[in-house]
Amino acid sequence: MHPAFSVIFLTTLIGAGQGLFLALYTGQVYSLANLLPPQDGTAFFASGSLVAVLLLALGLVASFFHLGHPERGWRAASQWRTSWLSREVILLPAFMGLVLLYAAVHHLGWTTPWLVIKDRIPVDASLLIGLAAGIAAFLLYFFTAMIYASLRFIEEWHHWLTVANYTLLGLASGFTLAAAFSALQGIDLVGFYGTWGVIFTLTGAATRLGSLYRNGRIVHRSSARTAIGIRHTEVRQRAQGFMGGSFNTREFFHGRSPSILAAVRLAFLILTFVAPLALLGAAYLLASPYLPMAAFGVQYAGLLAERWYFFAEARHPQNLYYQSMA
Amino acid sequence: MTQLALVIDLNVCVGCHACVTSCKEWNTSGWAGPMTDQRPYGADPTGTFFNRVQTFEVGTFPFTETVHFPKSCLHCEDPPCVPVCPTGASYKRPDNGVVLVDYDKCIGCKYCSWACPYGAREIDEKLRVMKKCTLCIDRITDMSLPPAERKPACVLACPTSARLFGDVHDPYSEVSIAIREHGGYPLMPEWGTNPANHYLPRRKTRMQIHEDELVRADNPLKKEAPLPAAQGETLDDVAW
Repeated sequence: MHPAFSVIFLTTLIGAGQGLFLALYTGQVYSLANLLPPQDGTAFFASGSLVAVLLLALGLVASFFHLGHPERGWRAASQWRTSWLSREVILLPAFMGLVLLYAAVHHLGWTTPWLVIKDRIPVDASLLIGLAAGIAAFLLYFFTAMIYASLRFIEEWHHWLTVANYTLLGLASGFTLAAAFSALQGIDLVGFYGTWGVIFTLTGAATRLGSLYRNGRIVHRSSARTAIGIRHTEVRQRAQGFMGGSFNTREFFHGRSPSILAAVRLAFLILTFVAPLALLGAAYLLASPYLPMAAFGVQYAGLLAERWYFFAEARHPQNLYYQSMA
Repeated sequence: MTQLALVIDLNVCVGCHACVTSCKEWNTSGWAGPMTDQRPYGADPTGTFFNRVQTFEVGTFPFTETVHFPKSCLHCEDPPCVPVCPTGASYKRPDNGVVLVDYDKCIGCKYCSWACPYGAREIDEKLRVMKKCTLCIDRITDMSLPPAERKPACVLACPTSARLFGDVHDPYSEVSIAIREHGGYPLMPEWGTNPANHYLPRRKTRMQIHEDELVRADNPLKKEAPLPAAQGETLDDVAW
């Protein structure tokens, strides 16, 4: 497939935004259980949520560059019964609204408990809105990944590992960003978020390496024989029906050499997994506020390469009809 | 239910591209038009087509065969491109099974083209909407045309009648009989898309002659001589 930068930015930006929100809410739940000190509503939760909304909004803007007719984009909410893309289109703004509401509740201090469970757990508006937004964040990972994983012809994507990768890599970048945000705000949660960032980066590395392993050994069900239905082991294309290229030769081929593909793969493995782990480890040892920010920056750059490679490694069966480009 | 479809005879197709040009001519000025081109007279021309004729070479020399392969939307009975459309612009007509795009609803997200294993959909780069074969829906449903002309432009243009058009759900239609009697097959059956369009395979008419039919088994010494003269009435001559 041809990697489209609009979709690369959309999926990586909203993945980090969802992860950042989940990190903030995790911090709130932990402090509820007295595992972490409670944080300031405006300086931490509200401003952190606004960073998450900013990332989600940037992702939404990026997605419009993918459309031929962005002014008709509202129509994409209509087919939620059958289309994962439609479901994502509905859930992304809904999630943004919930996160904005969460930020507003914290900023305005509407955190008077509505009820107290067993005299110890105060349940307030932020906890309930955060829970709804947290569920929406996980669902959104699932919906985004299912856009790709539901296409059964693209066998590189049609696997649960696609869902695992989108979720874990989004969480990894989000929790690393939360560590960077805590470091920037001077809040003593860098170690907590850094640890979760390391855990998600490691599990994400495991599932991504798993999908790389699987895709390297995949045996495609379609062949030139099934494509034109002639039972012979040797079928070669002599003409595509045109000489100057078409949508089919532009949209479904990355047009890069295998060496560039290998270089991107190596780059994303280092930038997404190895370098952030090293930087977060160094941040833990040196207690430097800049290293977590560097870790997020490097990991985000790595995720751009990872997403590029995700599209480039997928081989669409229609390419069998355009073999001289392959 | 009716399912209109094309049956393309690979045994007959000569790869002349008449179906390609007639398709473009009809549809660029019809309901689905215009089908825009970019740099049509430049060094790198490209454009929107609903139908392409490709050429494949099967086997190694000297046992090769050239197969011309017309390729358009197969109007699948379970079209994977339709449910993925987020706007409902892609749809399958319930009355005749033709898969169409509502160009006023299409947002040009290209997701349907990803969901088609055949690469049958092409985006119109200028109008920025997805385009595909309509089976000339504006011809085949036009009751003001004489029945013989209510056929897709490609079918009418084909000089060798390699393209047949009809209802594949009617077991006695021309297309159903052709599929049944000439081994019609769908493309990429492994994906369960159930394409309505079928292809008829290359066919060879060969005489089956066995070795013992070329030598006279009843003359092992190969001694040829005039047939023995008639020796009166034999059993064969008796009228029963």
